[in-house]
Amino acid sequence: MSEKRIRVLVAKPGLDGHDRGAKVIAQALRDGGMEVVYTGLRQTPEQIVSAALQEDVDVVGMSILSGAHGTLFPEVVNLLREKGAGDVLVVGGGIIPEDDIPALKEAGVAEIFGPGTPLESVVKYIKENVK
Amino acid sequence: MFKQDQLDKIAAKKEKWAAKLEATVKKRPEREEQFATDSGFVIDTVYTPLNLKDMDYDADLGLPGEFPYTRGVQPNVYRGRLWTMRQYAGFGSAEETNARFRYLLEQGQTGLSCAFDLPTQIGYDSDHPLARGEIGKVGVAIDSLADMEVSFDQIPLGKVSTSMTINAPAGVLLAMYIACAEKQGFTKAQINGTIQNDVIKEYICRGTYILPPEPSMRLISNIFEFCAKEVPTWNTISISGYHIREAGATAAQEIAFTLADGIAYVDAAIKSGLDVDSFAGRLSFFFNAHLNFLEEVAKFRAARRIWAKVMRDRFGAKNPRSWTLRFHTQTAGVSLTAQQPMVNIMRTAFEALSAVLGGTQSLHTNSYDEALALPCDESVMIALRTQQVIGYEIGVCDVVDPLGGSYYIEALTNALEEKAMDYINKIDALGGAVKAIEYMQKEIHNSAYQYQLAIDNKKKTVIGVNRFQMKEKPVEGLLKVDLSVGERQVEKLKKMKAGRDQAVVEAKLKAVREAALSDTNLMPVFIDAVKEYVTLGEICGVLRDVFGEYKQQIVF
Repeated sequence: MSEKRIRVLVAKPGLDGHDRGAKVIAQALRDGGMEVVYTGLRQTPEQIVSAALQEDVDVVGMSILSGAHGTLFPEVVNLLREKGAGDVLVVGGGIIPEDDIPALKEAGVAEIFGPGTPLESVVKYIKENVK
Repeated sequence: MFKQDQLDKIAAKKEKWAAKLEATVKKRPEREEQFATDSGFVIDTVYTPLNLKDMDYDADLGLPGEFPYTRGVQPNVYRGRLWTMRQYAGFGSAEETNARFRYLLEQGQTGLSCAFDLPTQIGYDSDHPLARGEIGKVGVAIDSLADMEVSFDQIPLGKVSTSMTINAPAGVLLAMYIACAEKQGFTKAQINGTIQNDVIKEYICRGTYILPPEPSMRLISNIFEFCAKEVPTWNTISISGYHIREAGATAAQEIAFTLADGIAYVDAAIKSGLDVDSFAGRLSFFFNAHLNFLEEVAKFRAARRIWAKVMRDRFGAKNPRSWTLRFHTQTAGVSLTAQQPMVNIMRTAFEALSAVLGGTQSLHTNSYDEALALPCDESVMIALRTQQVIGYEIGVCDVVDPLGGSYYIEALTNALEEKAMDYINKIDALGGAVKAIEYMQKEIHNSAYQYQLAIDNKKKTVIGVNRFQMKEKPVEGLLKVDLSVGERQVEKLKKMKAGRDQAVVEAKLKAVREAALSDTNLMPVFIDAVKEYVTLGEICGVLRDVFGEYKQQIVF
């Protein structure tokens, strides 16, 4: 019997168009053996959560470089909880100042991966933390 | 360029030398098994006239200011005037942006470059639900002429040149800028500047598109036509490779995809009935200056040569001005690290130097803290000082194209031209840039992934990230745009809207709709509307309604 493959939604919340990081991460997770769905640009928290439910994912990974993370990341976590999907692992990345990280973690984002993070450490983190 | 007997002599000597080289390498292996540029060109140990044996000085290089402009677009380049030092700025409210602009002008900056927030770039007013959390974050929020007036308060628009990073709604923002300048007492003919207005690269990689390609191309052609008549010294488009490179492209892909986009705009304008020489002289370009120093210098030279040939030979442009590729450069944002951020000052300096040795017309140098946040006053000043050191202290501007004639630089310039032309031919075969969007996205993504793997497996050194790391204290003094900026902006917009005559607003929006549905030029209608404080979101709302919205294909 093979293990169940981890399912990940890679999402771009808000209006930010920088998707190099999101796509590179998506490919690394796929190459790391996971099933990956990428939402494309300009997703509202509602759209992200509805895609997460529909795709029945274990992980939602979001990327923002515009500075809107403080508003949008927590909204996704809250909506997931409202829909009974609070066990989905939520992680984020992008240009996120160190000072903002404690508040994001408090809001329920499990981990933030900043610039310079090796792909392998993201893959490893997800494998170790999916319930 | 070289006589056959000279070449024979060099070839004979090189053969003997090769044995010596082999012995040396056997004794002490080289640092790499194979050296290569970022575009994948394998680099020989040394370059000689043998690498340039087919080169024709006159046809391939020529003199500066002459076809094919490999050596520069003016006869004396920086001996006359240095490039325009133009730092991209704009954040938060119009008041804060105005203060940053005036600070930069006081520090000796010679042109303005305005950043807009994402809702503005995508044609939403600040009170739109999708604007939540984004207002004022990556640039200034401009909802109406009222915000434009505050942003440029006490800055004489007839005397500075302003570059605006605005694409899908570029026509509307240009209309506001014109209205603002006219209110200050200047005429359309007196204003100078650039709108980015490059929608194809938004589809490819930058993401701030609104309308589908066809109406977008029409809007762009409308702007070309209007400016040719009314705003003759305005640069109507800045065809951008910068973001293509930032998204992961190699140097060769950067120039190929950018010039392919340029070809699509020229094609569209000619199809709309314009004479090529009536608009081509106002096309401008925007490139990235990345870390691989010598390849970058060669890249700028190759781009100039390709464009000159394309404009003269493919499009039959007659005016030499139409053949010249003039460009702005920005140093590579992706090369900045969050780790040991002060090291970014050095990276940026070398990148900037490559742009200057490549003959750029204007330059933005990134600030050392930009992998962490928007730049603070201090980091912006150091970035500007970097340009001033290059311009005033190190003597590289006293001669034109100082690296021209280097066997390596010329060989690399040739190789980049050849590789870029292969891509351009491939894109032509796919039906042009608009049809080849997904092809280019795939190529860019593959390059980005390979680049990241090379960093992760340490084939590529990034100081502070995969080598020479150290324990660091968090950086202090980062700039933050807080959410109250958005709240205040929404309040301001509400008040402004309440003070307008609604009947006038409706009439202006009706005029926009009618013009959009017909084939009249939209620019005069936009100017008419913005003067009555009709908002960006209202105008773009009508355009969305008439033309529909672009839907991105997901490629990775």
